[in-house]
Amino acid sequence: MTDLSLTRAGVDRDRVLRLLQEYGVYAGVVVLLLFNFAFTAHFASAENFRTQAVQVAPVLIVALGMALAIGTEGVDLSVGSVMALATSLLSLYLGYGPWLAVVVAVVGGIVVGLANGALVAFVGVQPIVATLALMVGARGLALVLLPQLKDVRDPGLASLGSGDALGIPYLVLIAATLALLVAFVVRRTAFGRQLLAVGDSRPAARLAGLPVRRVLIVVYVCSGALAAIAGVLATARLTASDPTSLGSLMELSAITAVVVGGTPLSGGRVRIGGTVAGAVLIQLLTTTLIKHDLPPSWTQIAQAVVIVGAVYAARERGKR
Amino acid sequence: MTTGTGEATMGTDTAATLTDGEPLGASRSERLSALAQQHGALVTLVVAMLVASLSFDTFLTGDNLENMALSSAFLAVVALGMTFVIITGGIDLSVGSLFALGGVLAAWGSRYGTVVALLLPLAVCGLIGLVNGLLVARSGLAPFIVTLAAMLGARGLLLALTDEGSRTYLVAKDSFFAKLGQDSLLGVGVPVWITLALFVLGAVVLRRTRFGQYVYAVGGNEDAAALMGAPVARTKVSVYALSGLCAGLAGALNAAWLVSGVTILGSGMELEAISAVVIGGCLLTGGFGYLSGTLVGVALLKVIQNVINQIGSLDSAYQQVVSGAFLAVVVVAQTWLGRRQRVL
Repeated sequence: MTDLSLTRAGVDRDRVLRLLQEYGVYAGVVVLLLFNFAFTAHFASAENFRTQAVQVAPVLIVALGMALAIGTEGVDLSVGSVMALATSLLSLYLGYGPWLAVVVAVVGGIVVGLANGALVAFVGVQPIVATLALMVGARGLALVLLPQLKDVRDPGLASLGSGDALGIPYLVLIAATLALLVAFVVRRTAFGRQLLAVGDSRPAARLAGLPVRRVLIVVYVCSGALAAIAGVLATARLTASDPTSLGSLMELSAITAVVVGGTPLSGGRVRIGGTVAGAVLIQLLTTTLIKHDLPPSWTQIAQAVVIVGAVYAARERGKR
Repeated sequence: MTTGTGEATMGTDTAATLTDGEPLGASRSERLSALAQQHGALVTLVVAMLVASLSFDTFLTGDNLENMALSSAFLAVVALGMTFVIITGGIDLSVGSLFALGGVLAAWGSRYGTVVALLLPLAVCGLIGLVNGLLVARSGLAPFIVTLAAMLGARGLLLALTDEGSRTYLVAKDSFFAKLGQDSLLGVGVPVWITLALFVLGAVVLRRTRFGQYVYAVGGNEDAAALMGAPVARTKVSVYALSGLCAGLAGALNAAWLVSGVTILGSGMELEAISAVVIGGCLLTGGFGYLSGTLVGVALLKVIQNVINQIGSLDSAYQQVVSGAFLAVVVVAQTWLGRRQRVL
């Protein structure tokens, strides 16, 4: 009898835990929204939602690339520096017209991604170290190209940063489009399947004849390109290029969003919906703490606790 | 030859083991690559110093060398703890924040005397390291994410202690604690002596004690170490606690040197420490590395930094480009050399 009841309790606990892992992030978003509707002044206004959505867009775009890298059992620490590099390149090439400057900035991100991917796929360096090297190097390069903050005065970029279509800011539209695109690629394309297979077990994927190296390189190139796009959008919103501080600690926010969203660090699984919700959750948490006059120090401590809590809750999932 | 405890001996011993153990397999090129992996950093350091002293008259002067030694000392202490963590196959990203936190706590505590100024940062940073270790070892969480969270949390704690970073605690200039950072012995600063003593102590612990052998065993192969009866979890908890202690002590010494608890220090320091350890020949996969290599790695980073500063026309941002490129080259070379040895 005792055995039976123990097993049942165990099953129920497992089920609760699994539900929490699957839908915990959505529940967290709902709880924070309800809390803010009830206790935060001026929260339920269109203007506030607009601000929140615009603020979350760059983090979300970076997190999409990070989710792909984590899905292959890797990680990309260079994303923040790629944003800085993108903002430097954008500001340098703005003289040739905004479109060309944007293209150059994204190409810069792709080159960094290629370097990351080559180190990981061909040399076999651990992703943490490979992207660490590029994180240091790319930030330095960004500062060499543009030593200090510079205003970006371009009507095209300014409208990209603050304009909207049908009341929805361009930034949010772009982020949503990219999220849908990445979700489609992961779920519905052969490349998405290959990516998950590589993340699940690299030796098995190689034995099955999958192009493991190509998949890895494409993943890091995507991550670099997405980070560069986020850098361009952040520059357009701020109407200034600041290679010293743009994107610093961005890798942390992106990893948090991905992990809180339920993508296991052990690879083989990518949850784009969860990643979007994770980015929104972090943004809401920060806003809640700031709007209730808690200092940044508490925000950081709270974020640290949330990360550890999310990884702790997710740890069973890795051992399928 | 696997990178297990067998290779965890002094550099020359390893070459000897290779020839003794596998007389047929150990070809000349293999021995060369093993030597390059172990002493590549030292050779590079000597070459870099030669080139620097030939190019700049100001490089090989007493003042410049002393400045370099002093500014290396704090990074070296942080890298000491990092070496232990990396040999177990882990990583500690929280050291930069703990370094800054240690400095602030030491400067705040110095008003209650030297003992408090030293013990307070050691206690707090050691405790955070202990929590890192418990989360990694007992709960099986990924080290980089746990210590990343600790980096954020420790920085938050620092901001909470200093009115959001707006207050700088000062150390009384005539106190014994300030002397600890500023005095010099035989022309060399006290922090440098403390650092050297810690490295000797650390090397003895790593080479000559049971704990040191457990550190290598856990990094070489965790399952095998557990089957051998090594206390895997306890070893892991200890190395993270040790890394926290080292970062806190380095921060305290730095505060004594600067006679204040500067709040903006330490960002990016975890990268410098990891770079130094990797350049010094530690394998990030664990199970292999020496403290002497770490010391060489720190010196090499500081020489590069010094040379870039001496070339007046170069921006200090080049330093990051060079450091990043250098780290990439070292890691590529290490992987390549390691693969050559494994093939045979």
